Amino acid sequence: MMQFMLLFSRQGKLRLQKWYVAHPDKLKKKITRELITTVLARKPKMCSFLEWKDVKVVYKRYASLYFCCAMEQEDNELLTLELIHRYVELLDKYFGSVCELDIIFNFEKAYFILDELVLGGELQETSKKNVLKAIAAQDLLQEDLNDGLIH
Amino acid sequence: MAYPMYEVDWSVLPPEQNRRFNPAFNIATIKQVVNEAIERVAPVSVRMQTPTRLRDLIRQIRAARTAAEERSVVNKECAYIRSTFREEDSVWRCRNIAKLLYIHMLGYPAHFGQLECLKLIASPRFTDKRVGYLGAMLLLDERQDVHLLITNCLKNDLNSNTQFVVGLALCTLGAIASPEMARDLASEVERLIKSPNAYIKKKAALCAFRIIRRVPDLMEMFLPATRSLLTEKNHGVLITGVTLITEMCENSPDTLNHFKKIVPNLVRILKNLILAGYSPEHDVSGVSDPFLQVKILRLLRILGKNDAEASEAMNDILAQVATNTETSKNVGNTILYETVLSIMDIKSESSLRVLAINILGRFLLNNDKNIRYVALNTLLRTVHVDTSAVQRHRTTILECLKDPDVSIRRRAMELSFALINSQNIRAMMKELLLFLERSDPEFKAHCSSAMVLAAERYAPSSKWHLDTLFQVLLKAGNYLRDDTVSSTLQIVSAAPGERQAYAAMRLWSSLERSAVCADATEKQPLVQVAAWTIGEYGDMLVSEASNAISMVDDDGVDDFTRPSEEYVIDIYQKLLWSTQLSITTKEYLLLSLAKLSTRLTTKPSQDKIRVIIDTFGSHIHIELQQRGVELSQLYKQYAHLRPALLERMPPMEAGAPEHDAEPEHDKPPPEQDALLDLIIGSEPLSNGDMEHAPAPPTNNNSTTNDILDLLSGLDLSTPSVPTPTTAVSVTNNNMATPSLLLDGLFAPAQPPVQPQETVVRALERNGVLVELVAQRGGDTAALTMRARSSASTTITDFLFQAAVPRTFRLDMMSPSGTVLTPQGEITQLLKITNPSKTPLRLRIRVSYNIDGNPILEQAEVNNFPPDLFN
Repeated sequence: MMQFMLLFSRQGKLRLQKWYVAHPDKLKKKITRELITTVLARKPKMCSFLEWKDVKVVYKRYASLYFCCAMEQEDNELLTLELIHRYVELLDKYFGSVCELDIIFNFEKAYFILDELVLGGELQETSKKNVLKAIAAQDLLQEDLNDGLIH
Repeated sequence: MAYPMYEVDWSVLPPEQNRRFNPAFNIATIKQVVNEAIERVAPVSVRMQTPTRLRDLIRQIRAARTAAEERSVVNKECAYIRSTFREEDSVWRCRNIAKLLYIHMLGYPAHFGQLECLKLIASPRFTDKRVGYLGAMLLLDERQDVHLLITNCLKNDLNSNTQFVVGLALCTLGAIASPEMARDLASEVERLIKSPNAYIKKKAALCAFRIIRRVPDLMEMFLPATRSLLTEKNHGVLITGVTLITEMCENSPDTLNHFKKIVPNLVRILKNLILAGYSPEHDVSGVSDPFLQVKILRLLRILGKNDAEASEAMNDILAQVATNTETSKNVGNTILYETVLSIMDIKSESSLRVLAINILGRFLLNNDKNIRYVALNTLLRTVHVDTSAVQRHRTTILECLKDPDVSIRRRAMELSFALINSQNIRAMMKELLLFLERSDPEFKAHCSSAMVLAAERYAPSSKWHLDTLFQVLLKAGNYLRDDTVSSTLQIVSAAPGERQAYAAMRLWSSLERSAVCADATEKQPLVQVAAWTIGEYGDMLVSEASNAISMVDDDGVDDFTRPSEEYVIDIYQKLLWSTQLSITTKEYLLLSLAKLSTRLTTKPSQDKIRVIIDTFGSHIHIELQQRGVELSQLYKQYAHLRPALLERMPPMEAGAPEHDAEPEHDKPPPEQDALLDLIIGSEPLSNGDMEHAPAPPTNNNSTTNDILDLLSGLDLSTPSVPTPTTAVSVTNNNMATPSLLLDGLFAPAQPPVQPQETVVRALERNGVLVELVAQRGGDTAALTMRARSSASTTITDFLFQAAVPRTFRLDMMSPSGTVLTPQGEITQLLKITNPSKTPLRLRIRVSYNIDGNPILEQAEVNNFPPDLFN
């Protein structure tokens, strides 16, 4: 089960945080800060896994964004890498050649896509097509999409 | 002539203002003009009817050049957002909350938005719900009390007709369910698992998974619906179903048994995945739905563990997956990895296990460091089961010791230690020494202790053993475990004479080099060992006979130069004067120097040593000063004792490892007697015995010293003078034995033994008579202390203490009282166990108040009946 997922930039700015375990806000902030520092300190030659506290951290850098997942001890690290890649592919398909700016300005959509891929820390859908279909359908349901109630 | 479209009576304007046709004169442009006018002219309050767009806020914040600027933008927006909360119905609430969520992600507090999220969730609009639930998942966690209010909204939405609304509710419940929410909504979720809609089904399954995690007791109700999940074709339902079943099986062994019957189903699904043709929907680099495959493999692992029958059923499919999976991409390796884990965990046949280890071996050679990491990790878990199979990959594992990644290095190190055996010890140790030298401090402690252990277990020769230990001491620097020093000393002392000379010479080279290079402070355990060894065997070091010992190095050269006595003392002086060495190290050096005064025979050397020792008599640190003063005594009044006191120690026995390897015969250096004699002031005990080296006198020394140590330990606030040779261990011991005294007061009463009694008079002073009534027993004798007073006044605060030699065990019961009336009596029961059957010597101490004066008496009682212990 995934305990949390963080997306952050090379400068350490948080772009997305999804938590699947209940921690008080202060603790979340502390964990985020420490983990970001640790991951950013890793050299490029090092492997994508690190043991951190009692959790396995799997991270991968895509362009200027780090995708970082904390998994439990029994989880398959290589599979987590595949999961991260699947998420990036979905974002790419949705935004069309996704870049960090897309995620900054449309962070709520990034969350929505993640929520169609992972629920409660576990993978819920293995078909890319189905995830994108569900997102598209919900976007249609959103009232007044053209001028944007939100945007 | 009039134009046809603009007949006078059609125009809206009065005739005098009638204009010609203006193409720009339409509604759209009018709107635009009006808006621009408003923007330009209208007051702020009118303009702010529409809240800032999310993207505009983000732009503003990103444009801020300083943190203060950003904060002011954020504060302004937060104030605005807060002010909108009072509105009943807002079209823009979702926009404001979206902005708040962005602000929250930057790290600013946003808890005031929690209730607003609830309002959004309750709204019928889908956009509102989407943002509201997102806000709930981000701003609330189960610690807030607000979330209870959500439960109602969730219940409503779980019953919605729109599948996406149900989906939102299930997603939120899965993310933030508290135990209470879980209990309240479990039945709804259970109903939804049975929904015909695959979209809802899969989400409900994962929601159930989370509910069971939070409240394991609720598992039962989900069992019936779960089974049917596996019959679905939809991969989403399959994977979530497998996840749910896995959680249930891990939850309780009964459920695990219940689900064993699905093993054939799982095998079939897996087979279909592998054999089925290309399915574009689920394909990842040529592999069909690797996520589902891995989940199924994991469930199979759990079901097959410790179950031969289940394992049998999955053997074939595991072999098939292991041999048929493409390994060119990461995804194939992912599946192989999971397969290997499963093979190792279940009761698979040995051919399958060998296959698994070989896969891991191939992983070790993979260019991808992630794969190497994973392989090392898995090998570490299985090395103890399949050691011989793993040995084949030993060279590759040793290569991984040099990997740039620290996690890989750590695993390779652990794995190497697991693979050491008597055949490969030399080669392994060589690599490990290189590794130790270059490794980070966090590794050094663990690595060095493991190496010491391995060296002890598998050393092919004692010379190799010593060499390796010295190398470890040299390379591990200060990161050694405490007992390495004492165990090394023990080994040196137990070695034959020529080996001891060799040790002294080797250690001399290291010591000299560290003094010259001034890096002794990094290698203090080495300095301590060297100091002790040179102190003991310094005569062999400087004598001509040392030329005969081969000091051929690893590089095949013997470049040892025999030091002169003056040079040895010079190096000692340099080290003793160094400001960077610890007090313990200097204690070793000082004592060693004192010993050298008897090993180095020329008068100039002895004088020089004397001078050095004398200067330490005024050292600022109490421990060194004490030693300096006392060792100086060995040149003055007690000069006649010096040779005997400082003569070579007999070989130390290795103690049991649990007890910090405190050797039986290890004693504080002989002059400790003189030390404690000076403190206690009684006549020198058993000095005559020092002359003779064999075991019993040394035993006496140790026992005497222990008794003296004990009582002086009670006197002084610091523990009794710690012994340099086994600094940690002896201190531990000395600290341990006083507690025996006090522990004895609370020890449970043991059954008394044979009734034969003898009375031994222990102490008679000031009108107080203390007698010990001895009752014989087997290993344990019972002594009753009887104190009687013939004084005229009452004695108060009477305390009786006793100490026994180390080979004995003393248990003291509570005394009958502490007040001794003139003709009264106090008794106290002592139980003494004597497994080694040596004659009993007891040191006692008695303290009391008489006429307001505190009195302290001590005595030693030796005249016990010899057959006290049978």
